[in-house]
Amino acid sequence: MRAVTLQLTIIVGYLLIALAIGLVAYRLTERTAEDFYLASRTLGTVVLLFTTFATLLSAFTFFAGPNIAYAQGPEWILVMGLMDGIIFAILWYVIGYKQWLLGQQYGYVTLGEMLGDRFGSRWLRGLVAGISLVWLFPYVMLQQVGAGTALEALTDGTVSYELGAGLITVFMILYVVAAGMRGVAWTDTLQGAFMLVTTWVALLWVLATVGGPSAATAALASSPDTAGFLSLGSSYYTPQWMLSTAITIGFGVAMFPQVNQRFFAAGSKAVLKRSLALWPILCVLLFVPSFMLGAWAAGLEVAIPEGANVLPLILDAYTPTWFAALIIAGAMAAMMSSSDSMLLSGSSYFTRDLYRPFVDRGLSDSREGLLARGGVAIFATAAFVASLFQPATLFELGNAAFSGFAQLALPVLLALYWRKITRAGITTGILASQGFYMASLFVAAVPGSYAGWSAGLVGMGLGLLVTVVVSLVTSPAADEQRAIYFDGLGAD
Amino acid sequence: MHRNELGFWIAVAVVLAGLTVPWFLWGSATVVAGLPVWLWWHVGWMGLASVVFWVFAQRAWGIGIESTGDDGSSDGRVGGPGRTREPQTGGDSP
Repeated sequence: MRAVTLQLTIIVGYLLIALAIGLVAYRLTERTAEDFYLASRTLGTVVLLFTTFATLLSAFTFFAGPNIAYAQGPEWILVMGLMDGIIFAILWYVIGYKQWLLGQQYGYVTLGEMLGDRFGSRWLRGLVAGISLVWLFPYVMLQQVGAGTALEALTDGTVSYELGAGLITVFMILYVVAAGMRGVAWTDTLQGAFMLVTTWVALLWVLATVGGPSAATAALASSPDTAGFLSLGSSYYTPQWMLSTAITIGFGVAMFPQVNQRFFAAGSKAVLKRSLALWPILCVLLFVPSFMLGAWAAGLEVAIPEGANVLPLILDAYTPTWFAALIIAGAMAAMMSSSDSMLLSGSSYFTRDLYRPFVDRGLSDSREGLLARGGVAIFATAAFVASLFQPATLFELGNAAFSGFAQLALPVLLALYWRKITRAGITTGILASQGFYMASLFVAAVPGSYAGWSAGLVGMGLGLLVTVVVSLVTSPAADEQRAIYFDGLGAD
Repeated sequence: MHRNELGFWIAVAVVLAGLTVPWFLWGSATVVAGLPVWLWWHVGWMGLASVVFWVFAQRAWGIGIESTGDDGSSDGRVGGPGRTREPQTGGDSP
């Protein structure tokens, strides 16, 4: 019981600190929609880097990732490094810098708004927002499920799943509604730094106890079950699978609303430049320790029951209770920093790209800010309620969200760089790849894997092909603004 | 000249992505200083990537995106309060 009290004190204390930061940010917040969504485009290097980083890392880094490394070996580090450290970094420039320039020039706040303006189509704008919300909502729900489950497991059921998930939801609504992007970015910075530090302390602590990395690796090599972990590749980690995963998730990340929207929020060009160079380093710093802990755990004599999370059990065995609780708080931080940003972006996609163009075109700026805050509360509450019922369809959608978002990436890239693309081309390209990918999930006749390559990757190729072919055979609509992504850009 | 430079950086990006996973060490289980050698390669490669990205940001930032013509459409949008702006494009101090 004392352990439970200590654990709860640490976690609630952590939540209160996050809330306090949100309230400080609130004092600086202006009552405009742009400030609420984008902190008036003023984020500096550290804050932008960490808020994007913390946003990327869901509970996966702490739970599912180490679990996979425990069961299959540490090659996931390479997949993570390729997707987040290299592919996403390149997209950070190719998509991110261009979007940032366009945002500076035309005041865009969402991806749908940017595309809708170029192609002269509010339907395209609504389509992109609608598709994004379809993938986003279940993903938010998964984070709440994760938080509720982790709290319940940590406290041996003293805090029920409903109470845990509900508590996290209420805290998030409070600071997101109060402080918008500035509050989210600041708490993310705290959460990102916290995750990085606790992961390294955990690694060093466990290694000091077991006799260093050589001893831990030797333990892995000496067991017939895990000796194969040290050689690169396995029947699980095939080249096709590693590449499919890294490419779809890397591109998917760039289209995730909360990440994509950060492309508009940078304070200056220098911020984007510095962040680019720091990406690969940050990935190595976080993924190597957390995934190696998972892999090394397989050689340690700690009983891991089927289906349990590896990292908390290892910490329980090798570190004091308070430290294990800190790591769980770190995992909570990872979930919250992803969810808070998703709530904010989901709400902005809804108000700007669906409500404003289709319901009330004359919406004033201050009313929009108000509506956006209401949207956050409704979105979070709905996801919480859904998480209580845990419908199977939503689980499937949430788990497939990265590949779902990846389907948007290539048509968007073409729109940014290819002058011949037409409204009909991008619209059919998006619909075809989304339709194909959805079918691969829910229609038994459409397989999920093609000679080892995932349906997500095949769908991306299909979207690219359809966009190009349809663009070539159609002519642009009269109200398309074909030059605005090219002329005078960055010549300030 | 500009086209060549763009081609060069695209090639660099492809090589960086292509060798993040050391495919030539496939199946290797050699351990150095407690970690598989393929993991050391990855760590070193990410460090190299970071340096390359930094050099790119200093030398070639804007390539393929910023228009090269000096048409003076300087500011299309009324700035919000507190918005910082770079003094000029390209080659600025870190």
